[in-house]
Amino acid sequence: MKFIDEYQNSELAKGLAREIANHSTKPIRLMEFCGGHTHAIMRYGIRQLVPRTIEMRSGPGCPVCVTATSDLDKAIALAGLPGVIITTFGDMIRVPGSYSTLQQAKAEGADVRVVYSTLDALEIAKANPKRSVVFIGIGFETTAPTIAASITKAYQETVENFYVLSLLKLTPPVMRALLNLGEVKLDGIIGPGHVSVIIGSSPYEFIPKNHNIAFAISGFEALDILLCIDKLVRQIESGHPKVEIAYSRGVRPEGNAKALELMNEAFEVDDANWRGIGVVSQSGLKINEKYRRFDAEKAFAGLLRFAPSDEPASESKGCRCGDILRGVATPLECKLFGGLCTPENPVGPCMVSSEGACAAYCQYESPRDSENSGGRI
Amino acid sequence: MCLAIPVRVVSIEGDEAEAEIGGVKRRVSIVLTPEVRVGDYVLLHTGYAIGVVDEAEAEETLNLLEEIARLSEVHR
Ligand code: SF4
Repeated sequence: MKFIDEYQNSELAKGLAREIANHSTKPIRLMEFCGGHTHAIMRYGIRQLVPRTIEMRSGPGCPVCVTATSDLDKAIALAGLPGVIITTFGDMIRVPGSYSTLQQAKAEGADVRVVYSTLDALEIAKANPKRSVVFIGIGFETTAPTIAASITKAYQETVENFYVLSLLKLTPPVMRALLNLGEVKLDGIIGPGHVSVIIGSSPYEFIPKNHNIAFAISGFEALDILLCIDKLVRQIESGHPKVEIAYSRGVRPEGNAKALELMNEAFEVDDANWRGIGVVSQSGLKINEKYRRFDAEKAFAGLLRFAPSDEPASESKGCRCGDILRGVATPLECKLFGGLCTPENPVGPCMVSSEGACAAYCQYESPRDSENSGGRI
Repeated sequence: MCLAIPVRVVSIEGDEAEAEIGGVKRRVSIVLTPEVRVGDYVLLHTGYAIGVVDEAEAEETLNLLEEIARLSEVHR
């Protein structure tokens, strides 16, 4: 396919890998923010293509994974209300809350439907005027404008029975929080490609400026990621970190103005609770006053029964998702990885989500990779 | 979750477009990319076009990659 195949050319990949090796003189650690990048890195064997002195860590960029258990409990509680249809992206339904999953709620009689798009959720609302249709709104800035679009469309078309539980999260604030925590020393960050299609490159300026860390935004094909690593290595070697775009066919410095306008129309910035990280101030999006009636949290506040609030939402015992999302550990450091926790029987969200780091490691890590097998493209 | 794939727009009607992905046609909302024209490639994410692919930039990147591959061979 055009704009995909050209970026997987193995000759060019080897050329880029040589170039990186030629320039890289010291051991460095890079973090790929985005779960999509973790998967691409594993799938193409990027870690085997670049010098062993370049260490890669996964970050918090998996929306399903960073959804807090307490927020999942809320979604599951909503599913149990009479007359409610829950609509959600697929990965969410298997993620364990404190007591249950959406899938379990469905087996017990709740109406939970997997949708591909917010447009499908809106159609379900129109087709079922007597029911309340709640969309579980997870995602980052990539997805936020599409959820905003569904809310403004419901407003214009006066769809009275459509609601969104907004669990949307913002990437620059969580990057700032992670860097301020200082638990893991990073030399460079592979910036999220499709988040940046929306927000552009300027929101990341604080990373080189305040933290002296290299930053380059990457696409998702093998050559995109290698080009990004090349740019990061050059920044690090020169001692002049900055913000660069290594995905210029998709990302413009100013982002997508129309998408940003729609986000601002429907949402306001608020604090958000991240699994493994905790509440990060001003790192989420809530539905604003004008569109309040679409806010599931407000509309159903009186009906929801949650666990007593002094009892913290429980995490699965032994699961290190939180550490993995903060870049402190890799999946291989979890004792349950590959044994008690597999994609078939996932213990934590990092294994449930197709974007989770544990799922990526399970799918692609083979004993052969520990030898230098030279990548897979 | 943030997955987006390049698809070619074959027709436009209001804020919807028909796009082609590997021979399969599907409807795509273009409310986020009102500037799109027939023949453009857009990045498709959960039923919405979130951005228009810049073909000139794509070309330039490939040229740069070829250049790097050539030079890295020489320097080895
Ligand atoms: S391997 Fe399973 S239990 Fe371990 S951190 Fe990953 S999801 Fe959690």
